[in-house]
Amino acid sequence: MNKHTLSVLVENKPGVLARVSGLFSRRGFNIDSLAVGETENPDVSRITIVVNADSSPLEQVTKQLNKLVNVLKIVELDPQQSVQRELLLVKVRADRAQRSQVLETVELFRAKVIDVAPDTLTIEATGNPDKLDALLRDLEPYGIKEMVQSGLVAIGRGSRSITTGPALRAA
Amino acid sequence: MTTRPTPETLAHRANPATVAAATSAVASPVSTSGAGSLVRSLEALGVEVAFGIPGGAILPAYDPLYDSKVRHILVRHEQGAGHAATGYAQATGKVGVCIATSGPGATNLVTPIADAYMDSVPIVAITGQVSRPAIGTDAFQEADIQGITLPITKHNFLVQSPDEIPRILAEAFHLAATGRPGPVLVDIPKDVLQARTTFAWPPTLDLPGYRPTLHPHGKQIREAARLIAAAKRPVLYVGGGVLKAGATDGLRKLAEVTGIPVVTTLMALGAFPDSHPQHLGMPGMHGTVPAVYALQKSDLLITLGARFDDRVTGKLDSFAPEAKIVHADIDPAEIGKNRQADVPIVGDARHVIDELIAAVSANAAGVEQYQAWWATLNELRERYPLGYEEPTDGTLAPQYVIERLGVLAGPDTIYVAGVGQHQMWASQFISYEKPGTWLNSGGAGTMGYAVPAAMGAKVGKPDTQVWAVDGDGCFQMTNQELATCALEGIPIKVAVINNGNLGMVRQWQTLFYDGRYSNTELGTHKHRIPDFVKLAEALGCIGLRCESKDDVDKVIQQAMEINDAPVVIDFTVGKDAMVWPMVAAGTSNDEIMFARDVRPTFDEDDL
Repeated sequence: MNKHTLSVLVENKPGVLARVSGLFSRRGFNIDSLAVGETENPDVSRITIVVNADSSPLEQVTKQLNKLVNVLKIVELDPQQSVQRELLLVKVRADRAQRSQVLETVELFRAKVIDVAPDTLTIEATGNPDKLDALLRDLEPYGIKEMVQSGLVAIGRGSRSITTGPALRAA
Repeated sequence: MTTRPTPETLAHRANPATVAAATSAVASPVSTSGAGSLVRSLEALGVEVAFGIPGGAILPAYDPLYDSKVRHILVRHEQGAGHAATGYAQATGKVGVCIATSGPGATNLVTPIADAYMDSVPIVAITGQVSRPAIGTDAFQEADIQGITLPITKHNFLVQSPDEIPRILAEAFHLAATGRPGPVLVDIPKDVLQARTTFAWPPTLDLPGYRPTLHPHGKQIREAARLIAAAKRPVLYVGGGVLKAGATDGLRKLAEVTGIPVVTTLMALGAFPDSHPQHLGMPGMHGTVPAVYALQKSDLLITLGARFDDRVTGKLDSFAPEAKIVHADIDPAEIGKNRQADVPIVGDARHVIDELIAAVSANAAGVEQYQAWWATLNELRERYPLGYEEPTDGTLAPQYVIERLGVLAGPDTIYVAGVGQHQMWASQFISYEKPGTWLNSGGAGTMGYAVPAAMGAKVGKPDTQVWAVDGDGCFQMTNQELATCALEGIPIKVAVINNGNLGMVRQWQTLFYDGRYSNTELGTHKHRIPDFVKLAEALGCIGLRCESKDDVDKVIQQAMEINDAPVVIDFTVGKDAMVWPMVAAGTSNDEIMFARDVRPTFDEDDL
């Protein structure tokens, strides 16, 4: 099984996310991560889905997705040819004694402190999943009180854009 | 009673180019209600008939419908409306329409919608919904029918504004009829039906993500032709897509040009004449021995509008092990879903077949190329013909009844089966010569399909004789629609193959559960409850009964002479008859049983 990143361009209409996610569960696929947002064209949303599947079942699910009337275009993004990012917000225990060490880790990972309390620091970090895993591993010993992670978003490298084409102009 | 189909209605064949024609009727803007806009849209789309039941949320729509040229047929249960729409669509090739109210009205449509989805039948279901402000509040008769039908519709809509109604209706019909056909649901809140709006026609479709591929890729066609030229044991494996594409003339030509044997699946009966010498019959769980064998030993399956369903393939990893696969389907997701295709062809079966004919004609080797293959297949046909044994207990053989019905009613009749043993016998012992003469619930296997689907077929083809072949189990699920038939002047005929049991389940209990008949005895023999003759009469039909072989022809003929009322014949038949041949569920097609404890012997040297 391999992780695949699918960029799915859909019509920005109510219920479309339910159609997409429902299709995955109905056909027996697990979604590792999912992120949705508008694109430069407000009529079009972009769903980034990370799915764990072999290539032949993945082809089947892609074809089934393509059959959804609200789906405009599906592109699989090669990790080598794309930039992939997640956002992490994490609340770490950091009293006076630990604070400087935690800040050092934050610095090392080019993360940001976004909220300070007497005994905690809340940190914001973006990066590919590996980097965020490493950051969490380094913060773990201090005590993670709470964390929240976004789905992965990804975009292809180079000047080409996937959001152009006849279908998308019509939308 | 039915209005003639307009050119616009006829335009709902599977061809997106015709949507322009379907929407060519021009109406200048008029002020009306959402309900008025709905009914005017149905009229503009050329809808001649809708099957339904009114109720609270859909009630505003029934007021303009009262004056409309759209014929509304008031059914007795919404399931009947759904199957009737399906039967109508299957018999005519046009889009079937059913209407229900919100909540339970809508959920009663779920089974026929799922049924139409599995068999790719173009129907549009229109449901009332509670008013917009009440949605999500668990209001009286509220059900999230859009959510419920998400996985069983090709697409569905919840109308948010009365101004959207013409566009959404046009989109719904377009989606249902084109590409791979299927059911589309349009859910309309009551306040949307009541609100004022402006109706204008035609609307502009807004479906940027919907682009079915109709024309196959030339390279794939050439590659398929190359494989055909090289094959020694090819088979044309034909599915329901060929019927839906109206490609039966082309199929016959392709078969005759190449000399390749043909098998037609349960959904494709009638796509190729049963009497044609190149027809080996139906493949699958209850297929003929030659058809099953041909697939298993083939070196090339030319698959047209079929989907490698488990009832055809048996155990998938031992299906047609030596065959290369050419797979043509209008739905790209079917290709490679169950069996990897060597040559995938996406396209409408009519175009695919026409282009294949052109490509193979260039290098056709003709019939003699497959002489050895035909010799083997013909020998199997001789050795393992379809047949049945007369019951030894003096009861009437169900197969005999169905066989005689096929002979007496003939190849122009539309036969509509329920699900179970009688369905399989009807597929085996009636000869289907023409497209659109065999309707059944193939994918979903919906018991209770026959009576309402026959009703819909008869409405669509009022001048054609329509026979439902039903079981006593199936018949008891939906026979209330006979009241609809009696009152609306829809004289269908129903042959109830009454063996007193859920026959197919009982057969499995005989074969796989040591004859422990748990809950399969229905009491229609033992207690004659219900008495189908009296039941038929109570429903406004003519009820007849036949209990002996000598009476079969006479009773069928008697029924055929009655054309002013629906007729039900209770054929009281033996309960021990079984459907053969059979490939037991989950086993390989190689394990096909010709009869109980009889395995065909396939002589490998023949090949």
